[in-house]
Amino acid sequence: MKKAVIIGAGMTPVGEHWKLALRDLAVEAVFNAMDDAGIDKVYSLYVGNMISGPFVEQENLGSLIADWAGLGNIPAVKIEAACASGGAAVQEGVKAVLSGLEDVVAVVGVEKMTDAWPNDATRYLAYAADAEWELFHGASFVALNALVMRYYMKTHGYTEEDLALFAVNAHTNGAKNPYAMFKRSIKLETVLKSPYIADPLKLFDASPVCDGAAAVIITTPEKAKELGVPKEKWVEVAGMGRAIDTINLANREDLLTLKAAKIAAERAYKMAGVEPKDIDFFEIHDAFTIMAALSLEALGVAKKGDGAKLAREGQIAIDADYPIQTMGGLKARGHPVGATGVYQTVEAVLQLRGEAPNQVPNAEVGLTQNIGGTGSNITVTVLRRV
Amino acid sequence: MSRPMQVSRYWRHFREKYRLIGGKCENGHVHFPKRPICPVCGSREIEEVELSGKGKVLSWTIIRNPPSGFEYYKPYPLALIELEEGPIVLAQLTDIDPEEIDFGMEVEVVTKKIREFEEDGIILYGYKFRPPVK
Repeated sequence: MKKAVIIGAGMTPVGEHWKLALRDLAVEAVFNAMDDAGIDKVYSLYVGNMISGPFVEQENLGSLIADWAGLGNIPAVKIEAACASGGAAVQEGVKAVLSGLEDVVAVVGVEKMTDAWPNDATRYLAYAADAEWELFHGASFVALNALVMRYYMKTHGYTEEDLALFAVNAHTNGAKNPYAMFKRSIKLETVLKSPYIADPLKLFDASPVCDGAAAVIITTPEKAKELGVPKEKWVEVAGMGRAIDTINLANREDLLTLKAAKIAAERAYKMAGVEPKDIDFFEIHDAFTIMAALSLEALGVAKKGDGAKLAREGQIAIDADYPIQTMGGLKARGHPVGATGVYQTVEAVLQLRGEAPNQVPNAEVGLTQNIGGTGSNITVTVLRRV
Repeated sequence: MSRPMQVSRYWRHFREKYRLIGGKCENGHVHFPKRPICPVCGSREIEEVELSGKGKVLSWTIIRNPPSGFEYYKPYPLALIELEEGPIVLAQLTDIDPEEIDFGMEVEVVTKKIREFEEDGIILYGYKFRPPVK
């Protein structure tokens, strides 16, 4: 079977980019990734984006971005899987390369969220839920996660403080990431004293509304050699999996199991020939602290109900057994929804090349996990140093 | 989204939203809302069934930053309710002090206004849940 390697990675800082449009952010990320690879041509473009229509009245992002980045008359499409759009776009790019149909592919994840009023942004984000049976009743996305959080705390005997530790860890790591939206560490009390948005979920349990774009260049090892990209730049996409679960939270078989993540992870581990203990760091989808806990369980890092215990026992820090959110995660780096999965990929690439500002020592295998909906559409990707 | 022009989009769910009509497959699996195929056994033989509207609170939250269109109600409680027939339903709780909501609390369905659009817009009704009226 063919292999796929990432040979270039680039991003823009995450934040409130009042002066930049969606296309500006996307083009900057694509240029950064192409410059990083040292190439001036790609043959296909996949754009990860969730809600450009409502946010900036712009669809057809394939045409828009390929056109503005001067990529020529190449095939270009937008890939949408709610907040997992970025992860899905990366996987579509890899699939195109593995199939042999395309050989130098660019993937860019982009989202421009700060051009909307806050309550409208809250509404647009809820488009990832079931419109007729969730949003109809006034459910915000935060509220759906809060329902899971309260049930998790009750079922497994955790407190708000236990979950807050995930936010503290994310900020500790994000403080060193020059591309992070929040480059500062925080205290546990900061999380606990922040106002409720949807009880028991507080402002600091949640990732911010923001703008950003990240991009990677994917090809085969043969082509990478032909293009003269030095091997130190290569990172192999060793395994990947993707699965869905019920879109409506109320229809879930078990509210506290991210079944889609579990299935996606099993596929990714099998394809890469690794187990959770072989992974050196995890870039998981902590859009809300509760999702970090449930993700660790679904990925097989913690037993069911023990996800939050890992944070309490200090096992998620950079120098611990299971480092997560090495660049700040969604909480501190920021969560420009459709771009997040590509940011995670870029961060994993930097870790595996040994170029991360918050380097995990001797990192050889990394994992990214990107969640769309309330756990309804999930991608898991295993990356390996070449 | 201020003025919905597609009134039919809401009308087509009248029965589910006014009378809590769900589905029951030939093997007796009950679900809500009604689906084209049973999520448990895969049967496509589904008949409509009116649910009792009696259930218990499984989890709840108080929404303080609502999606646009719901500002008028804030803060408002939203809950997952486990119905006595088995399915779980997401709905707002009404006629209740947020402090009194608790796990396993008994509730019953009631038809209420869900949302109002401005000026010449439509008014949406549907189910909410409240503590049982004795």
